[in-house]
Amino acid sequence: MAVVDPSSRASLWRLLWPARVPAGFRRTARVPWIPIVIISAIVAMAVFAPLLAPHSPIDQTLRDKLLPPVWLDGGSPKYLLGTDAFGRDVLSRLIYGARVSLIVALLALIAGGGIGLLVGIVAGYVGGAVDSLLMRLVDAAFTFPAILFALLLAVTMGQGLGTLVIAISLLLWASFARVIRGEVLSLRQRDFVALAKVRGCSAPRIMLTHILPNVLNTFMVLVTLNIGVVIIAEATLSFLGAGIPPPTPTWGLMISEGRGRLTDAWWVALIPGIAITLMVLSVNLFGDWLRDRLDPRLRQL
Amino acid sequence: MKRFIARRLMQGAVLICMVATIVFFLGRLTGNPVDLMLPEDATAEDRAALTKTLGLDGSLGDQFVIFVGNALHGDLGRSIRMKQPAVEAFFDRLPNTLVLIPWALLLGMILGIPLGVVAALNRGGLLDRAAGTVAVLGVAVPSFWLGVLLIFVFSVELGWLPSGRMGGPEHFILPVVTLGTFLVAGFMRITRSAMLEVMESEFVKLARIKGLSEGVVIWKHCLRNALIPVLTLWGVFVGNLITGAIVTETVFAWPGIGRLTYEAVIYRDFPLLQAVIILKSILILSINLVVDILYAYVDPRIRLA
Amino acid sequence: MSETVLDVRDLHTHFFLRRGVVKAVDGVSFSLRRGEVLGLVGESGCGKSLTALSLMRLLPKGGARTIKGEVLLDGENILERSPAAMREIRGRRISMVLQDPQTSLNPVFSIGDQLREALLRRHRAPRPQLTQESVEALRRVEIAAPEQRLGQYPHQMSGGMKQRVVGAIAIAGQPAVLIADEPTTALDVTIQLQYLKLLKRLQVETGMAILFITHDFGVVGRMCDRVAVMYAGRIVECGPVRRIFEAPQHPYTRALIASVPKMTGPIGRLTTIEGQPPSLMDLPVGCRFASRCVQAEPRCLEAYPRTVQVGREHTADCWKVVPA
Repeated sequence: MAVVDPSSRASLWRLLWPARVPAGFRRTARVPWIPIVIISAIVAMAVFAPLLAPHSPIDQTLRDKLLPPVWLDGGSPKYLLGTDAFGRDVLSRLIYGARVSLIVALLALIAGGGIGLLVGIVAGYVGGAVDSLLMRLVDAAFTFPAILFALLLAVTMGQGLGTLVIAISLLLWASFARVIRGEVLSLRQRDFVALAKVRGCSAPRIMLTHILPNVLNTFMVLVTLNIGVVIIAEATLSFLGAGIPPPTPTWGLMISEGRGRLTDAWWVALIPGIAITLMVLSVNLFGDWLRDRLDPRLRQL
Repeated sequence: MKRFIARRLMQGAVLICMVATIVFFLGRLTGNPVDLMLPEDATAEDRAALTKTLGLDGSLGDQFVIFVGNALHGDLGRSIRMKQPAVEAFFDRLPNTLVLIPWALLLGMILGIPLGVVAALNRGGLLDRAAGTVAVLGVAVPSFWLGVLLIFVFSVELGWLPSGRMGGPEHFILPVVTLGTFLVAGFMRITRSAMLEVMESEFVKLARIKGLSEGVVIWKHCLRNALIPVLTLWGVFVGNLITGAIVTETVFAWPGIGRLTYEAVIYRDFPLLQAVIILKSILILSINLVVDILYAYVDPRIRLA
Repeated sequence: MSETVLDVRDLHTHFFLRRGVVKAVDGVSFSLRRGEVLGLVGESGCGKSLTALSLMRLLPKGGARTIKGEVLLDGENILERSPAAMREIRGRRISMVLQDPQTSLNPVFSIGDQLREALLRRHRAPRPQLTQESVEALRRVEIAAPEQRLGQYPHQMSGGMKQRVVGAIAIAGQPAVLIADEPTTALDVTIQLQYLKLLKRLQVETGMAILFITHDFGVVGRMCDRVAVMYAGRIVECGPVRRIFEAPQHPYTRALIASVPKMTGPIGRLTTIEGQPPSLMDLPVGCRFASRCVQAEPRCLEAYPRTVQVGREHTADCWKVVPA
């Protein structure tokens, strides 16, 4: 039986560039190149925003306000995607908006996912009363829409990056905890855990050195599958006036600002939405593929 | 069955108390709404006055006792902006949301469930892949942007439908589509996977051995079983609908509780927001209770347990 | 000799997978006479169940296809029927009892609903009459208080009772052929015998023919008139039960019989068959049992043996047997 700790198998890199694909899996294993290219482009946009953006995302040039994108009548090559009601370049705001989106996503996934990972491992490994208490909390968190608490936080703490990250973490932790716990429950029965116990390892040590490395695959899949959730949540909160406060450009805020001017400047509201959809679509397709490769049991998610 | 309902009611009451407590302490420990509501140059008297009206004076323990006492009498504070009891403001707006939600749910089901069945029957085929695309798109498009897009296409460009506010049947179309789209995707995914599982089962084989027609086998024997997991997700969907209503009603200027939540946020109307969250929690729990009862009706294993 | 009701000739049902072709049923021939019980015996994975599903034309999704052969039911090849025409005869002329009673009944419909649905296949009748017939049907399979059982759901019944209900459903349409696919494997040992007796009684009463699939030679002796032994997708020996028990010809049949604990006589050692059956994806050209056969000689590996008539109604596929 499996006394060997299986965490040594399959690095993420090997999965992206598999040496040999097992014949039966050839179809599902097709690497989603288009999503990967789109994700890379958006990440590059976020990282190199100051170099790529043709204008300041915040400075207003009122005499250039509400210019349409370059391919429409009256468009100017100076503003490829047009300008908003304050004469700000839509393209530059879009590029900087990617930054906000990705920073929030990264921080919220680390915070919320981390809490979920911790809760899941402890609940699954310790079991008993601790487990049932934690799982009750998880159930409660599933029943109540976290977005309501996020809105409350925005009002009491004030808008800002910290509030947003905490609010979105609230949205994430429970689903992470539930899946990781399930995983830990089955790992606990495995021989290498029993062996570690026999050797006299303490519970925290077993959780850290034997359980944690073995749930990391699942954790990575969950993180990928939730990037889209986080991006949409961030955009929604921004749209509702509970995200990063203006004038910092975020995609959700741009849609919110532009939606009043659909009759004369549709591009302000519609273009950021295309960016969100493309990003979320790409991340989800990539996540589905990663899940199929790393952890097909999670398919119900 | 009575015991089942009684037990669920008890659990619900406990959860409501938990939520109310969490909301209360979250609101007071994470910051001071007074600072956010007053202009920066407000005087100390202004501050003290507002603190008093918000019920934020006194120790946290005292505040909590007063809060619980009032809540038991159905008083969850007064809205600052609307100058009326928060509970009243909530129930004034509630009907407007409740007329929207069933339509969205209906749209989600009458499109999503048959699509899921058809996708399962054509597993791997063209229809399945088309349905898969709809499902993937349905979760990737942010619903508030979808609303904006629909307004642009159908109100601004084509001029077929009104862009917002309540009114005749034509006013319902765009908000219902906006609210229902993610449900279509959700119902379809679950119906599809549940159908695929059920179709492999032995009792379906026996139904075929009996010589029943494919129609009866699929739409009666399979679907009735596949609806069980679909129904369990109703609760989750309704929760999603209540939050989805916040953005949808904001986009379409629809005077329901979703829009009320938005207003409470942008006007920093702390007492109103606190009340709205608690009342929405009660609403969601009640709907979940109804779903559980329905669930028991469909699945005899629960009804008769 | 009584007339043949079901005649299976050279049936081939293969799984077409991406990895290759699994030849699960690879040239099966046998016939079933009116009112007899034919046992189909073999190890798990030898193609028994798939043979049964091929006869019902209810192959599992995912690449299984019957590519060759004939299934003659009253002289008509039912493999050529359209799907709708095939549905016409299921339940009415050919029916089946599945292995696991726990999953064979639909959990969300009452027993009465599921029975009435089956009875409706016999004739269109008003609901009260169907209900009356359902009670009768349950009584026939020896279920106590049938009136009360009608309103119950599968989860409220024991496994043995569920399997009786499955039996009642399967014979509701008065089929001439009933396939019973290991109907007692999932039942408690104590009620297996009861169920077998019930099946036997129903068979005598109705005069239907039963194709009884099992891996247990002990049950064969109790139930069957004739027996067909299946190995790696083919029938290797077929004959009257007494002949097979007294003078098994094929080495595989002998090994199988030797592995059945004897009820009488001194307690000897049970023998087991060494080795594994060949992969159905990569079958040898010669005799499929050769790799495990103690008597194998070079010609066994070179070509598949011809079918030898070793006695009255008794055939075996083996190079070593002598024609009668």
